[in-house]
Amino acid sequence: MQTIDLEAEGLRHLNATLHAQSQETNQTAWEVINPRGSHAIACGLDAPIEVAVKGSTGYYCAGMNKQATVRVHGSAGPGVAENMMSGMVVIDGDASQYAGATGHGGTLVIKGNASSRCGISMKGIDIVVHGNVGHMSAFMAQSGNLVVCGDAGDALGDSIYEARLFVRGSVKSLGADCIEKEMRPEHLEILADLLEKGDCDAKPEEFKRYGSARKLYNFNIDNAY
Amino acid sequence: MKDIKQDGPPRTEPIQSATFTQSINAEIRRAAATGIYDIRGGGAKRKVPHFDDLLFLGASMSRYPLEGYREKCETSVTLGTRFAANPIELDTPITIAGMSFGALSGPAKEALGRGATLAGTSTTTGDGGMTPEERGHSNKLVYQYLPSRYGMNPDDLRKADAIEVVVGQGAKPGGGGMLLGQKISDRVAEMRNLPKGIDQRSPCRHPDWTGPDDLEIKILELREITAWKVPIYIKVGGARPYFDTTLAVKAGADVVVLDGMQGGTAATQDVFIEHVGQPILACIREAVRALQDLGMHREVQLIVSGGVRTGADVAKCMALGADAVAIGTAALIALGDNDPRWEDEYQKLGTTAGAYDDWHEGQDPAGITTQDPELMSRFDPIEGGRRLNNYLKVMTLEAQTIARACGKNHLHNLEPEDLCALTMEAAAMAKIPLAGTDWYPGKPGSSY
Ligand SMILES: Cc1cc2nc3c(=O)[nH]c(=O)nc-3n(C[C@H](O)[C@H](O)[C@H](O)COP(=O)(O)O)c2cc1C
Repeated sequence: MQTIDLEAEGLRHLNATLHAQSQETNQTAWEVINPRGSHAIACGLDAPIEVAVKGSTGYYCAGMNKQATVRVHGSAGPGVAENMMSGMVVIDGDASQYAGATGHGGTLVIKGNASSRCGISMKGIDIVVHGNVGHMSAFMAQSGNLVVCGDAGDALGDSIYEARLFVRGSVKSLGADCIEKEMRPEHLEILADLLEKGDCDAKPEEFKRYGSARKLYNFNIDNAY
Repeated sequence: MKDIKQDGPPRTEPIQSATFTQSINAEIRRAAATGIYDIRGGGAKRKVPHFDDLLFLGASMSRYPLEGYREKCETSVTLGTRFAANPIELDTPITIAGMSFGALSGPAKEALGRGATLAGTSTTTGDGGMTPEERGHSNKLVYQYLPSRYGMNPDDLRKADAIEVVVGQGAKPGGGGMLLGQKISDRVAEMRNLPKGIDQRSPCRHPDWTGPDDLEIKILELREITAWKVPIYIKVGGARPYFDTTLAVKAGADVVVLDGMQGGTAATQDVFIEHVGQPILACIREAVRALQDLGMHREVQLIVSGGVRTGADVAKCMALGADAVAIGTAALIALGDNDPRWEDEYQKLGTTAGAYDDWHEGQDPAGITTQDPELMSRFDPIEGGRRLNNYLKVMTLEAQTIARACGKNHLHNLEPEDLCALTMEAAAMAKIPLAGTDWYPGKPGSSY
């Protein structure tokens, strides 16, 4: 296990060291101590390494991640795992706004709650939230899956495209063009897999599925307001 | 107008209204019939105070000119000297503005890269991401980071020579974009992770930051991911140039890109294009003043755009304090957009060469703003690149001609004192004395 003290060694040293890890690196286990809410921790990684951040992070932790597994032993600030491409990011605590924004792939697991705009503009990422998500989550979500084991706030899935949303608890309100959809066997299968990946013991049958009514797909003046 | 003989008793001539003009009335009828606002490409078509309202004074008794052809007049510019390890060095200060793949065809993007590379300047991606053709043919490629994040990925980010965070565009400050389903080919759809044939909305706000304070952190992340190597530009529409420039510098920009209201767009509501934003002439001095107040003029470079067409326009931008310019519409015209050789086809589309602006419909006879394979095949990217290079060379030579006449051995040495204004409006907006006077409206110390 390699340990980097962020406070002592600085952000540039931390990220440059992690970026220098190659596909074949045998230094696969990393620990970051004293993160103290710093921004851009472990962003832009692109190697099969595991990074444990021992504390809470600021903005954009694990942003644009590829391949790596990043675990935050604390809570994460805004934009955690934004635009993630692949790999896995796990937040033990809560996540602030825009968690997993525009993510193209990989899995983001939030053990606590996520704030507003979780999964905004998501483009293929899978997000599993053990708690609740705030308002405007999955806004303009294009593809991928958002699993919410708790409740969802206002305007869930507004202007959604092809992403799938699974919510176990209540949904305060659905956004424009987002509707409840039939849960078919293939969806239960996808959900079971996501729950397992997300280390979550909820049952797929307890969830409802939401997605796009596809009424906003082509410009129509009657939809404008 | 000459008097015309009237038959019968004297009567009032039919008079067309200056308020309800024929084109306004036609638009009212169109709106009444369809219930849809007009969406189009291009920039503002109305007349606004512009570079044509400024003139250079030239050398005389008190100024010493440089010899037209033989004396050196430098044109190079370095962009991104504030924080980036690898600033961008260009031979000419005329850059190619960001235009999306999707709005433009793959071969058109390739031609922009070819032309820019031949001329020693940079080109810019756009909404929809970076294509391999474009990267391959562009020696210096600026990668746009847009609200939609269509096609955004860290690999392309790291292939870029600079990153441009797009906050706004002159044609539509405060607006997003829409690529209509007609132009969503398999390739465009795949790059944007969306189904084929559906309209693709580009949001007007970034998904993961809201103001200058978090933009500063976003820029930190982009720099960390690209190891502080490449310059980061911030592009803003011409709205509140003094404050926008100040905040862009605060957020950590290496370069500010300022796009005035005449700037082109691929597709937006006509009402937006014509009625939101300030003309570039009114923006440049305010942006320069912001940089000067921060002690950052020339430290953070300023690129201006919106209706730049000629070497004279370029020289005027430089004299007003810009470091470089960007061109969009003019580059497309150089490639062959709106060329009268396609007049028959423009007529069939209900328009005429020079006025064609339904770029969003994907039926461009010149094969530039389309994804239709048949139309695209009309356009030769090698010839297009050659034409763009020629045009960039001519503009650079024209700007040098003016600079030499003003006694300047670098385009950047042009200064406001080299200019006069033809109209009160231009004098006020550009803070340049009205021709024949030493005064402009609002000049400190004057009472008007
Ligand atoms: C066809 C077309 C597509 C454009 N696409 C983008 C874009 O994707 N992103 C962007 O920031 N600006 C875009 N623009 C605006 C240009 O970057 C630039 O600001 C503008 O064209 C400059 O004004 P000019 O056309 O008068 O030279 C586009 C412009 C045109 C004409």
